[in-house]
Amino acid sequence: MKVYGMPYSTCTVRVLTTLAEKDEEGYEIVPIDLQVGAHKSPEFLKLQPFGAIPVLQDGNLTLFESRAIARYIAEKFEGKGTALFGKTVEERALVNQWLEVESHSFNPLIEPLVVQLVFAPMRGKEPVESVVKDHTYRLEKLLDIYEAHLSENKYLAGDFFSLADLSHIPYTFYLINVAKKGAAFTSRKHVNAWWEDISSRPAWKKVAAL
Amino acid sequence: MASLKVYGKPYSANVTRVLTTLAEKNVDDYQIVPIDLLTGGNKTPEYLKLQPFGQIPAFQDGDFTLYESRAIARYISDKYEGQGTALSGKTEREKALVNQWLEVESQNYNPCAGKIVFECVFAQILEGRATNEAVVKEQLEKLGKILDVYEAQLTHHKYLAGDFFSLADLAHIPVTNNLINVAKKGELFSSRKHLNAWWEDISSRPSWQKVLQIIQAGQQQQ
Repeated sequence: MKVYGMPYSTCTVRVLTTLAEKDEEGYEIVPIDLQVGAHKSPEFLKLQPFGAIPVLQDGNLTLFESRAIARYIAEKFEGKGTALFGKTVEERALVNQWLEVESHSFNPLIEPLVVQLVFAPMRGKEPVESVVKDHTYRLEKLLDIYEAHLSENKYLAGDFFSLADLSHIPYTFYLINVAKKGAAFTSRKHVNAWWEDISSRPAWKKVAAL
Repeated sequence: MASLKVYGKPYSANVTRVLTTLAEKNVDDYQIVPIDLLTGGNKTPEYLKLQPFGQIPAFQDGDFTLYESRAIARYISDKYEGQGTALSGKTEREKALVNQWLEVESQNYNPCAGKIVFECVFAQILEGRATNEAVVKEQLEKLGKILDVYEAQLTHHKYLAGDFFSLADLAHIPVTNNLINVAKKGELFSSRKHLNAWWEDISSRPSWQKVLQIIQAGQQQQ
């Protein structure tokens, strides 16, 4: 198996963390250097026509979109490592529900924040204050709903860790630990406890060390 | 009383994504419980117990509550696996490709197409303001590039995940209907040969035709 991407890329990390949770080490990282535009080369566009990382190759299957790759890994290695989709049809449905919340509600708010607060400065640009302010405000409101939910559930889909929790880790790490702007998370008791829990998992710690 | 309930109204693309999935699986025995966004029906304490983010749809199967239309569609596809259209692919590889194009829809297609539809159709009704033409222009350019990739894919495959219709194709139908038929941006599709053929094919499926009737009936009630 090959993972095309970069260890500093949030979406590549989503895939690497899933592999780690499934105790799967039989893969190679093929670096695709975004700084030199390797993701827009004709060879890479044959693998990923939208020119984004990561891509997974497993035998003759080429797969892109980190959340789809994570699902594939969770299914392929179903018998080993952490069970990432719960046990019952209903638990699976709740994992899917919170994966969608991450995709459609959480990610659109946190990604621009991480871009402004971490990636823009790396490229020598100032954060755009209005974007930071607006997205922080909306993220806080969203996390109020997470707070209420996590005051009654240890993890998002219930009392078990799942792909839904994992999917939140990469961008949250960047906001809290890299940008040092994690107040929206750390000021909310149950959100904070959930973050402490999921970010202290061995699989994450292994990937974060890369 | 049907044990399956879909909370929402048929003018919502997210609601019709669920209704179309039910139709593909030949599931008729469900009830639509109207939730009116214009009168804040999605912000009542009762509704927020079902869907704490205050969005439509929400879904109930007996006393099991679920939200997020794509998660509901997956649940329906799993629960009724043995009937209607197979929506998730048969092999591990097919399933992976269905998931890949579901993510492309979620991450690339829907944000752009959804913004265009919102500006052109819903900004006035829901926010009482005029269309922001600059946003529309920017999103149309972005969407054009995305649809070029779709065109290339559909030149070699009849459907997105391969030669079989799947949830990945279905997920695109409601917003594409709004984009082409309501926001009148059909040129994006008619100018791309294989993309257009794919749209003609998937939008003529009996499931979508049935849902169009439900949408029309809903409009007549308003």
